[in-house]
Amino acid sequence: MAEKLKLYYFDGRGKMESVRWLLAAAGVEFEEEFLETREQYEKLLQDGSLLFQQVPMVEIDGMKMVQTRAILSYIAAKYNLYGKDLKERALIDMYVGGTDDLMGFILMFPFLSAEDKEKQRAVIVQKATSRYFPAYEKVLKDHGQDFLVGNNFSWADVHLLEAILMVEEKKSDVLSGFPQLQAFKARISSLPTIKKFLEPGSQRKPVPDDKYVETVRRVLCMYYDIKAN
Amino acid sequence: MSGKPKLHYFNGRGRMESIRWLLAAAGVEFEECFLETKDDLTKLQKDGSLLFQQVPMVEIDGMKMVQSRAIGNYIATKYNLYGNDLKERALIDMYVEAVIDLNELLMTHAFQPADKKAQHFATIMDKATNRYFPVYEKVLKDHGQDFLVGNRFSKADVQLLETLLMAEECKPDILAKFPFLQSFKARISNIPTIKKFLQPGSQRKPPLHEKDVPKLMKIFH
Repeated sequence: MAEKLKLYYFDGRGKMESVRWLLAAAGVEFEEEFLETREQYEKLLQDGSLLFQQVPMVEIDGMKMVQTRAILSYIAAKYNLYGKDLKERALIDMYVGGTDDLMGFILMFPFLSAEDKEKQRAVIVQKATSRYFPAYEKVLKDHGQDFLVGNNFSWADVHLLEAILMVEEKKSDVLSGFPQLQAFKARISSLPTIKKFLEPGSQRKPVPDDKYVETVRRVLCMYYDIKAN
Repeated sequence: MSGKPKLHYFNGRGRMESIRWLLAAAGVEFEECFLETKDDLTKLQKDGSLLFQQVPMVEIDGMKMVQSRAIGNYIATKYNLYGNDLKERALIDMYVEAVIDLNELLMTHAFQPADKKAQHFATIMDKATNRYFPVYEKVLKDHGQDFLVGNRFSKADVQLLETLLMAEECKPDILAKFPFLQSFKARISNIPTIKKFLQPGSQRKPPLHEKDVPKLMKIFH
């Protein structure tokens, strides 16, 4: 019997979305259990499934993995999306670190007040266009290859595409000064597994809405205000 | 040219301290270039040394590495502190990521506004003693081995020791209810490279003092 791969999270993006992207990119099927109620979460806590009492949690290869970064690294290594040697891994880790930081600005966006949302939107766009996008634009321009690292599809490419699309949701023309990234986006989006994930009906989650925010608050009893960074 | 790794950061712990710990644990000598003023940071940014305009940055093996996790992963792999296989790496990553979460709380404590400090401190103590420490206590108790993963010294042990010591700086008796962590702390502190790093005169940095915060804010803001 094949060991099932199962994701435990809310029915929304949050920190689990990068995991969904990576599994999809690798062409790996997965199941999902969505946390809707406090009781579900408490049950997971009580049966010791959540090492640090937190989700994301992924059942994979007999482990109950937690900590998003650990999960992503494991999947990347297992499905050959982590470069071919130590130096390529170093580059992938650096690039993923940058896109992780960028997406971090977007992560708490749904939980902000309307006023803070506008401020944060400006912060996201500013960081994307002055700090992160220029770095990746230069990497692609300098080596002229299709993929960020080692002329091979890797986790870094998946993560960057995810980040680009998320920032575009905040400002649709944000790539206008970045021709390499525009070509990169088109190229990676048309890879068969990615293309499939981008189609309606896939396990990709939509932009978080109020219902998502309400679910998270209810399940985690997280009723305090979130401030933008 | 020395060939030693060169660390670029301010003269303090921050996000570079875990890297100092790891290099020291591996017995690797390193040099440091301290940012004292905003101009020092600007210079690095302008000469293209910082991929995302940020420090930490470590010159190592012909690369200018940024992103503390990337740097830590590279050093750990290079010096065999990252387990024997994929599953051990998974465990090390899980344990280290959680410690990083706790470190974030400890690190940002000095920067909290005065009216938030007490509450922040309470949060740190609560998370340390109810969420994080019990996990490592149980791991050590369950397998009865000297090290967290694979019966071998790894990055996870180094990072955990670093965090235990930082937590004790905040509350000296914080390990009172964790006998396995107490003996872990003693055991890992006694490893020759670690012992050396814990002695005065090493490159280990002291805790941030409130009076240093304004100077730091000037460099980074």
